[in-house]
Amino acid sequence: MSVADEHSTEVSVGGRPARTARAALAGIERPVAVRAGLVAVLFLVVLIGLPGLVSTFWLQIATNVAIYSIVTLSLAVLVGRVGMVSLGQIALLAVGGWVALRLGFGTGLPFPLLLLATGLITGAIGVLIGLPALRLSGLYLALITLMAAAAITVVLQVTNFPNGGSGLLGYSGARAGTVSSALHRPDLLASTSAFFRTVVIVAALMFALAAVHVRSRAGRAWAAIRQSQPSAIAAGVNVTLYKMWAFALASFMTGVAGGLLATSTGGLSTYAFPAQDSITVLAVVLMGGVYSFWGPVVAAVLLKLLPEILKNWGLPPDLLTILFGLGVLQVMLTAPAGLAVQVPKDLANLARLVRRRVAPG
Amino acid sequence: MIEVSALTVRFGGVTPLDGMTVTFPAGTCGLIGPNGAGKTTFFNVLSGFVAPAAGAVRAFGEDLLAMAHYRRARWGLRRTFQTEQAIEALSVFDNVALVHEHSAARGRSTRRRDVLGALEFVGLEVPPREPVATLGGKERRLVEVARAVVGAPRVVLLDEPAAGLPDEETQHLARVIKRIPEELGALVILVDHDMSLVSACCEVTAVLDFGKLIASGPTADVLRNEHVIRAYLGTEERL
Repeated sequence: MSVADEHSTEVSVGGRPARTARAALAGIERPVAVRAGLVAVLFLVVLIGLPGLVSTFWLQIATNVAIYSIVTLSLAVLVGRVGMVSLGQIALLAVGGWVALRLGFGTGLPFPLLLLATGLITGAIGVLIGLPALRLSGLYLALITLMAAAAITVVLQVTNFPNGGSGLLGYSGARAGTVSSALHRPDLLASTSAFFRTVVIVAALMFALAAVHVRSRAGRAWAAIRQSQPSAIAAGVNVTLYKMWAFALASFMTGVAGGLLATSTGGLSTYAFPAQDSITVLAVVLMGGVYSFWGPVVAAVLLKLLPEILKNWGLPPDLLTILFGLGVLQVMLTAPAGLAVQVPKDLANLARLVRRRVAPG
Repeated sequence: MIEVSALTVRFGGVTPLDGMTVTFPAGTCGLIGPNGAGKTTFFNVLSGFVAPAAGAVRAFGEDLLAMAHYRRARWGLRRTFQTEQAIEALSVFDNVALVHEHSAARGRSTRRRDVLGALEFVGLEVPPREPVATLGGKERRLVEVARAVVGAPRVVLLDEPAAGLPDEETQHLARVIKRIPEELGALVILVDHDMSLVSACCEVTAVLDFGKLIASGPTADVLRNEHVIRAYLGTEERL
């Protein structure tokens, strides 16, 4: 997995220093290699080392962070690459969970195929929702997706998550007390650490999928659409098609995340996916940063790890609603590229400052 | 050759194009007129952003208006915008590659050669991997022109490409524009307020005023035309 991040290489536009061609190229390409190495090392440490370092409780939290990083990734792609704001990702996550449970109880699909099928079906549902919405943009698209999310939530309250019952809905009230809406894990993934590793690998695959898209024909078309639709059309980009593609990709990824969530400990309950959570997801995604692939990782940490840390300290996790509000304000005003870009920049500045202090002159 | 017949565009009570009939034969053709004359509206009709109330446009024998707007680029219609539209999030190479991969010449095997060829054609001397966000105004203009000439263009619409450029850069741009029909065989329609650029590039020029065609023909004759001078200066006086 590599981190594609054109925006961190931005140089101040106003006072652009005269640089030779080679220096400019080297300046762009060397950090890419360094970053790719850094990502690989970090990935391996998390994958291999983390299960041995933390307790089962924190490992479950880490699993949750990895699952939600796929959700935040999908929204970051929509917002950062295409310029579309969706407030329906949490509802799609629930749809993914429902589809995975239905397939899990109804078919004997092996786990990887089940995840893939879940992603594809959720992708198709996402496109169906998006189809009428794609004619709109900005605030109206956000509003429509929020409405759709609310509608899905209402439907879910009625249908419930499948728990092995009969019929199309697969829910049996009689089993509700005894069988939880959780997917049976393959024996290979039974342990917490094995499941964690699986989730991390699936998440990495999703990030790779997004990275490949961003660097390919689709990513270029999205960049054109985000900047100006008329200029994208003039360049021959079928704007509706590529927007739909982005929506389908984001829904696919969120669906896969839903499938993972349905497999994690405890199973799914309908009250765990309120429509307003999508707004919180948007807030943390904006804070983390939408132009870099580190952003969604930071966002998932804010979303799923931070509340647990607060609880651990005896503080109410509701505090986060206020913190996220202030955080979005702060990020939008001072660091529109998000924490994932701003913090390393600030650290580099700090290091330079310290170095100057240590070795004066 | 582009044949425009009785082209009319209405926005409510306003008629930015009023029965425009003109033929752009070949080479580089100028399209001039005071502000609000309908020049950009005409480009927007060709691009498919504006649906005309009446009239037809035939380009090299084909009905341009019948094509879906995004398909016109594949057919070979290219344009630049009054406010330059190079895509900031992409590198110089990707900016041009974006147009190439939606053009008739698309294909992985030809992409690199064609894109670098287009950058060389416009004389852009920055590394292809440089992000557009770090470029200056002149270089962005050239990126936009490179986007307009890559991948078998047939008609290139340039909307005030020299706006905001110093004289020296305008002269460079004029040389590039003149080479588009000569070396790529595309028909260029140039909209600009810089008469020296229009004179330098265009053999023939059409003049719009309040959505009506008031003159067309060899550029030198058109620029001496009384109606044209009156339209520009708003008086009977000669230049």
